[in-house]
Amino acid sequence: MPLIPHGTTILTIRFDGGVLIAGDRQATAGYEVADRDIQKVFELDEFSSIAIAGVAGPAVQMAKLMRTQLEFYEKVESVALSLEGKANYLAHLIRQNLPAAMQGLVIVPLLAGYDPRKKAGRLFKYDVAGGKYEESDYYSTGSGGGHARATLKKRYRAGIGRDEAVKLAVEALLDASDEDVATGGFDFVRGIYPVIKVITETGTADVSEDEIRPIADAFINDWRDDYAARRAQLSTGID
Amino acid sequence: MPSPFMVSPEQIMQEKDELARKGIQLGREVVALEYDDGIVFIAENASATLRKVSEIYDRIAFAGVGNYQEYDPLRTAGIEQAEIKGFTYSREDVTARWMANLYSQTIGNVWRQFDTKPLEIELIIAEIGETGFSTNRLYRISYSGSLIDDQQYSVIGGKYEDIRKWLKDHYEAELSLDAAVRLAVNALRDVRKDQDDAPEVNADRLEIALLDGSRNRRKFRRLTKDEIAAMLDG
Repeated sequence: MPLIPHGTTILTIRFDGGVLIAGDRQATAGYEVADRDIQKVFELDEFSSIAIAGVAGPAVQMAKLMRTQLEFYEKVESVALSLEGKANYLAHLIRQNLPAAMQGLVIVPLLAGYDPRKKAGRLFKYDVAGGKYEESDYYSTGSGGGHARATLKKRYRAGIGRDEAVKLAVEALLDASDEDVATGGFDFVRGIYPVIKVITETGTADVSEDEIRPIADAFINDWRDDYAARRAQLSTGID
Repeated sequence: MPSPFMVSPEQIMQEKDELARKGIQLGREVVALEYDDGIVFIAENASATLRKVSEIYDRIAFAGVGNYQEYDPLRTAGIEQAEIKGFTYSREDVTARWMANLYSQTIGNVWRQFDTKPLEIELIIAEIGETGFSTNRLYRISYSGSLIDDQQYSVIGGKYEDIRKWLKDHYEAELSLDAAVRLAVNALRDVRKDQDDAPEVNADRLEIALLDGSRNRRKFRRLTKDEIAAMLDG
């Protein structure tokens, strides 16, 4: 198998009044960085977004096809598909990719959206065979997905608000990039930060870099202080 | 052997022309006007769900008058062609000029067929310009498929000639959105002022949509009944 760029960590978190969907910015091909500032989160329409992990090329194409189909439906019918309808359509696209997935070209997206009927954010995960599973609170996938999920599992609380969800997303992505070599960290030097989109009743908004950076800064400063203290203990504690 | 029924081609065309005109004249008008940040469509439409104006693509809108059952499939087909082209090549390759030519050919082909009724419809295909790259475009396609490139405003439907004349005297460039809407509504009201049984042109009977330069990718937006009422009162 030739080395093909892969996307790494994506996650989604439900909060009070909406849902958030995020992804790091790195694509890797084997042990190489294939792209430092790739987009893995795409707005499908006003009230839904998709995040992609797996083989980057076909995954981006799948996101583009999904967006085209949803927009086509909305324009022809003068009304958007239901969120359930969108989720089922994505399952169908993933199922179509199964032969390629069996040859190693695996695509595993996450879908998040605001459901105007239920007046809440909803999120869906998928398996390679097109299985669609609705998660109630959060999920993450991709190579660093397991690490991000550990953070989400311990930190998630029922009824958290938008700001807490953004903070939690940043912490989970930091942990994923810390543990998984393929997941991109927060690139303070080049100014490349994860993409975080927030979907609520009023539509979709990008969380600005100005909001993300201080949150990441605070976590990293905490770590720095903590590790300095640990080293200080080590140097005094052992002869 | 019965002798074939013979009508001169000239007479056939003339009768087709009459038929299409009559059908279109029954319907109310759609006015498209350039305003200072885009293009606004104002239509008299008693139905709140069967639309005359709709979104085709990122920067392109469609308006139809005449027989709804004839122009709506053309709208759907246009969206499909636009999506296919935009997906295959690039979104910026989908232009109003290309769309207008497709419509012109499709409608013209029906018109030229010997044994079919002409389409009793007229269309406007409009595209909002891209700052520093292109200007607004207004294409009008008649029931025979002829394609006309309008400037500043475009009118289709029953009394289109009267309204165009009225707008020629009253239209100014760089109108605000509110002013453009009021201008078009005044035009619609004025051409029927002598007609006693004409229903009043108010928010309930108006369908208004824009190609709004302040929006992101998809420029098309509909105004709600409340927004329309507020504009007319202002």
